[in-house]
Amino acid sequence: MTEATAITHGIDIGALDREPRHLRMQDETICLEVKDLNLYYGDKQALSGINMQIPKQRVSAFIGPSGCGKSTLLRCFNRMNDLVDGVRIDGQIAIDGEDMYAPHVNVAELRRRVGMVFQKPNPFPKSIFENVAYGLRIQGNPGKRELAEVVEKALKGAALWDEVKDRLHDSALGLSGGQQQRLVIARAIAIEPEVLLLDEPASALDPISTLKIEELIYELKDRYTIVIVTHNMQQAARVSDYTAFMYMGELVEFGDTDTLFTNPRKKQTEDYITGRYG
Amino acid sequence: MKELRAWFRSGSPWIWMNAGAVTASIVMVAALIILIAVRGLGHFWAKPVFEADYIEADGSITLLIGEIHDSEMVPAERLREAGETVAAGVDTLRRYLVKTGNRDTGGLDFRWALESRIKAKRYPETLMVLERYEWGNFYGYLRSVSEDGTLVAEGEAAWETLQQRLERNRALHAQIRQIEKNAIGSVNYRLERLRLAERRLELDRVTPGSRAYLDLAEARATLQREYEGLQQSLGELQQQVARDSIGAEVMDGRVVEIPLAKVVRAYRPNAMGAVGKVGFYMGKLWEFVSDDPREANTEGGIFPAIFGTVLMVILMSIFVTPFGVVAAVYLREYAKQGPLTRTIRIAVNNLAGVPSIVYGVFGLGFFVYFLGGNIDQLFFPESLPAPTFGTPGLLWASLTLAILTVPVVIVATEEGLSRIPRAIREGSMALGATKAETLWRTVLPMASPAMMTGLILAVARAAGEVAPLMLVGVVKMAPSLALDGNYPFLHLDQKFMHLGFHIFDVGFQSPNVEAARPLVYATALLLVLVIVLLNLAAIAIRNHLREKYRALEH
Repeated sequence: MTEATAITHGIDIGALDREPRHLRMQDETICLEVKDLNLYYGDKQALSGINMQIPKQRVSAFIGPSGCGKSTLLRCFNRMNDLVDGVRIDGQIAIDGEDMYAPHVNVAELRRRVGMVFQKPNPFPKSIFENVAYGLRIQGNPGKRELAEVVEKALKGAALWDEVKDRLHDSALGLSGGQQQRLVIARAIAIEPEVLLLDEPASALDPISTLKIEELIYELKDRYTIVIVTHNMQQAARVSDYTAFMYMGELVEFGDTDTLFTNPRKKQTEDYITGRYG
Repeated sequence: MKELRAWFRSGSPWIWMNAGAVTASIVMVAALIILIAVRGLGHFWAKPVFEADYIEADGSITLLIGEIHDSEMVPAERLREAGETVAAGVDTLRRYLVKTGNRDTGGLDFRWALESRIKAKRYPETLMVLERYEWGNFYGYLRSVSEDGTLVAEGEAAWETLQQRLERNRALHAQIRQIEKNAIGSVNYRLERLRLAERRLELDRVTPGSRAYLDLAEARATLQREYEGLQQSLGELQQQVARDSIGAEVMDGRVVEIPLAKVVRAYRPNAMGAVGKVGFYMGKLWEFVSDDPREANTEGGIFPAIFGTVLMVILMSIFVTPFGVVAAVYLREYAKQGPLTRTIRIAVNNLAGVPSIVYGVFGLGFFVYFLGGNIDQLFFPESLPAPTFGTPGLLWASLTLAILTVPVVIVATEEGLSRIPRAIREGSMALGATKAETLWRTVLPMASPAMMTGLILAVARAAGEVAPLMLVGVVKMAPSLALDGNYPFLHLDQKFMHLGFHIFDVGFQSPNVEAARPLVYATALLLVLVIVLLNLAAIAIRNHLREKYRALEH
């Protein structure tokens, strides 16, 4: 995993100009629920004993040092880890109360409900339009008009429409990194998922593109449950409603961002936030 | 000494050696191309024809007419042993291989002539060369042109008349060929199908005299009438062609009569200017690539061989690409990677090293005898005992070469699949695509340039392969093309001609090796050209695909 370049240890949450959101976990509806989750890569345990409840239509951020398991945990939510050889999982993850690791679950169906955006922009070598239409085409053969409407809506939703509306049929590879990442987000929201998983979505981007992505996350949270993994604590503090701190494959602390950054319950969390290790 | 060591350490010797190796390769390739081009293309140039007095070994003087085909130096010693009188002090003598033509009057096309015995060599402008449908070239002087035995032109006027009448004959010949090859060929083909249909009825135990039989008989009668009509017009045309003849004087002074129907073209090389020679050259070159062979392949064109080669390679590509790609997809994407897949991979790689004749034997044993034999039993019982697919043919040759080349396609495709970034696959899966959908919509299109690379290598290998083809479908002379106007248009069971085999056949199996040798070079050049063109086409497609599916930079 690459270390993001702009990590500064120890942050001053007051300097971020963040409005306290005064959210409380017990008031939230639960979207994803993790129970006693253990994950092994071969003999090596990568996640141990994770228990957490991710609230619906909020932004939850996972922070922690490299290799702490936050991306691994994120990839459990759409069963992306199934694709890795030698992964073994026990425990339970439920989405809206249904166990997503139950044998009868259709994984492709699940991934349509839980969209994902990766660290590096990964548009397909197709046109901008076809990239956004990809998920819909897989679900069936949508009509031409319907398709155009959905693509436009998704691109608008990802704040990319104005920049690309005149060149929808050009290759997506001609876009800048930031645009590509927003295109990938548009591609993900085009199929109307419930949950959007963002795996360090801004770590490969320049500061301006990063800002745009953050604004986008802020806009999207009314409609989607967003889980974001980030290396950048300022980013976590800026965009998230809830924050989880992970260390060495364990969930150390998960709570509303207001409290976690100003008054963490665990010493480990405080040490990490104030930059004493990590 | 010290300087030498420093030189060695600087790496210069290495660079020189590497550059030398590259240069040597380029020189070798260029030399090869130039050699076959010069030898092959020179053949079509109108060479001057000389006339000379030749002092025979017994002292008598004869007239020698012909063109110089080759020359060599002979040791005087050897000539003396052969009973020639050679002046003392002469070590070697030049002798020419003279193409004298006139095989029908003289018996031999070529003779050796010692340079020292050739006297008064001259190049008369009226000396005429005839290219004929039979008996090879004719050299001599035109004396007269006759129509139905009565003289119509004599002397210098005869040349003009001859050209006009040749023009007329050319048109008639085209009509005859059209009737013979297309019309009668088609009627024969349909008659054969009727015969098979009748045989089928017999095998199905349909009562003789029933409706089906009557229909067949009626159809046959119609065809028979059509055939007779064609035969009649053919007869008329042949009569018209046979109308004219010429009288020509050959080198021993005799005047022979030659029917114009046997003449392809007449020209006077010594009278031709540079422009005329270039025009003649182009005409000959076009004839070479567009016409059917004549005279046991030693004259005429090689169009059926070009056609056969290209068709076979295209069919091979159609068979090998899906097969190789599917195998590679399974090996790379679905099979569990382990000792078994490793073993399979090694086996596949080694298949590429098996001598091609072994594939030929396999093709003959498995495809022709086993598969073809069974197909005949099951689907073509009406033509037995004459085999349909149970004999070497286009289909089996293409399949044999497909097996021969499938390892390269598998290896190249696997290589391409392994180069698709994981991020692209995950991106597709994350949108709810299954593995198969991801493969079909994203991975395979992106790997298509690699598949094309495999196909390019396969085509390069297959187009040049001759040995296995000799066992599974290539022939010296195929009466018709495998693709024609008769249903079902593509005749996969037919035998075909191939440039590579044509080279072998013309060069080593021909009754007139000396006359055919330049054709060996010309055909070789053409084979190289065909392979280059096929490859360029494939490379163009690949580059297009590569541009279209340019993957992410890592």
